Amino acid sequence: MIKCIDITKIYNTGGSEVPVLKNVNFEINKGEFVAIVGPSGSGKSTLMHILGALDRPTSGKYFLDNKDVSSLTDEELAQIRSQKIGFVFQSFNLLPRSSVLRNVSLPFIYDKKVSRNERQAKAEKALLAVGLEKDRWQHLSNQLSGGQMQRVAIARALVNDPDIILADEPTGNLDSKTGEIVLETFRKINQEKGHTIILITHDKRVASFARRTIEIKDGLIVADFKN
Amino acid sequence: MQAPDLFEETFFSLSANKSRSILTILGIVIGIASVITMISVGQGAAQDITGRIESLGTNLLVISPGSGQQAGTIVRGGAGSAETLKISDAEAIRASVPEAELVAPVVNSRKQVIAKGQNTNTSIYGIETNYFTIKAIVVENGSAFTDRQNTSRAKVAVLGPTANTDLFGEGFNSVGQKIKINNQEFTVIGITQAKGGTGFGNADDLIYIPLNTALQYISGSDSLSSINVQVSEAELMTVAQAEIQDLLLQRHRINDPANADFSIVSQADLLSSLSSVSDTLTMLLGAIGGISLIVGGIGIMNMMLTTVTERTREIGLRKSLGATKNDISWQFLAESVALTFIGGIIGIMIGYLASLAVTKFSGINTNITMSSVLIAVGVSGLIGILFGYYPARRAAKMDPIEALRYQ
Repeated sequence: MIKCIDITKIYNTGGSEVPVLKNVNFEINKGEFVAIVGPSGSGKSTLMHILGALDRPTSGKYFLDNKDVSSLTDEELAQIRSQKIGFVFQSFNLLPRSSVLRNVSLPFIYDKKVSRNERQAKAEKALLAVGLEKDRWQHLSNQLSGGQMQRVAIARALVNDPDIILADEPTGNLDSKTGEIVLETFRKINQEKGHTIILITHDKRVASFARRTIEIKDGLIVADFKN
Repeated sequence: MQAPDLFEETFFSLSANKSRSILTILGIVIGIASVITMISVGQGAAQDITGRIESLGTNLLVISPGSGQQAGTIVRGGAGSAETLKISDAEAIRASVPEAELVAPVVNSRKQVIAKGQNTNTSIYGIETNYFTIKAIVVENGSAFTDRQNTSRAKVAVLGPTANTDLFGEGFNSVGQKIKINNQEFTVIGITQAKGGTGFGNADDLIYIPLNTALQYISGSDSLSSINVQVSEAELMTVAQAEIQDLLLQRHRINDPANADFSIVSQADLLSSLSSVSDTLTMLLGAIGGISLIVGGIGIMNMMLTTVTERTREIGLRKSLGATKNDISWQFLAESVALTFIGGIIGIMIGYLASLAVTKFSGINTNITMSSVLIAVGVSGLIGILFGYYPARRAAKMDPIEALRYQ
């Protein structure tokens, strides 16, 4: 599913070159639930951006679904993001003053393959999968609690049936109890629907919810083990 | 992104920030409304001018002696100009141009006129009685002279109201009084109704006397200053003009029309030259309105730039969901076009009401044309694109990673 070969990312800040990722190699199979763990500045966010087709590596190859993603144009990357990747962010990034259903349906706007009358059913299915109560569906996103917001965001990531779901510190803005609910939601989706989930976090306790942990430090993979 | 989605997104974004959207729309409303109102005032003035020229006499051709006058100028052949137009030319037109309903030969010159010690310098018009009909001149006090008085070269005069005031004082009924023109004594038999000074010069400051009297006692020749021809129907104007042209060329033995020793000016020529003036006026007024439209456009741009900055994270999110640069660009462009379009529609309605109010309260004639409405709609759409383009591009060019990180 995911194959990274010698991924290197060098940032050019003010004339000096800062290597953030140094020859990273790993593979993730379909249906895995992987946590990428590392302290801040370790390069885990950069890795997530490359895996999420938001950025390209300076060198190395990234195969997603046997397709080389590392050298695509902006438009092609956008299409990959639309069809193969679902994002979950630390700060939820829901549209304020918009209903839950509209937020979950947002990805369809950029995916020509889903017709307008399929949307409602798909959005409802995704909301059921994350376990958000039906009476909340018409609520505005800013009327929800943090845990509910993040589950809406997961439903949004899920709605287009992507190959991988990338979650960037999804519990960072939540207390530990609601954080656990959200992590359980990921686990449930992974088990029941077989989505590949990649969890990026600095917190090893959060990482323990995944079935595999890739530890990254100073741009290098330092550990890769099953939980 | 599909069109219905674009509509929905635009609607949601604009209604999410209602007060700001309304204020921005207001800028465009004021701009469009002022353009519509200003142009309607200009068009109304044009209509006024046309109406007044037509009131000077309808379907009129004016033949003047002397060549070289440009078409479209107001030609007034004074006694000093070329003496190429004869009374016999007028007779010939009367005899052989069937479209010429009325032919009024005129001889005019400025003379010193004396009455009871008062004197004034005014135009003396030697005319036949049909001139009163052509120019729609109404004699208020006394009466106009008759054809017989013309034939008998009677020394009678009809005064314009200004000439009457200059010679006898305001409101004096001078009928029956004697005046001296060119040392010849004339009896005043009538005073005309005031017409107001428009177009052909002041139609009130002059004295009418019979044509034959003028030829004999004032000018002393058979040369005419002009021949006014009233054509029976507007459609026949060009035909009549061509026929008169041919006839006079033939009579004056001139082969090349470029060397003609006379010129024929139709009311249409006069109208076109005056409407070019009113067109300039309309453009000027439109430009004044246009300035407020540009200010409104800058308001749009200001709002869109603020919106783009405010919604940086949303732009990042949309990009992470697979939005391309064009998708983002279209979304923001659609918002600004929607604002200007709504503003344009409301502006047209308010502009319409405003021009009605102008007519009602100031009495100035206004006229809203379809073209001014279409221009306003087009311009407002264009402003949306023009002032929305830069913010939209700015949004589209954002790096998704930077945008998602934006606080």
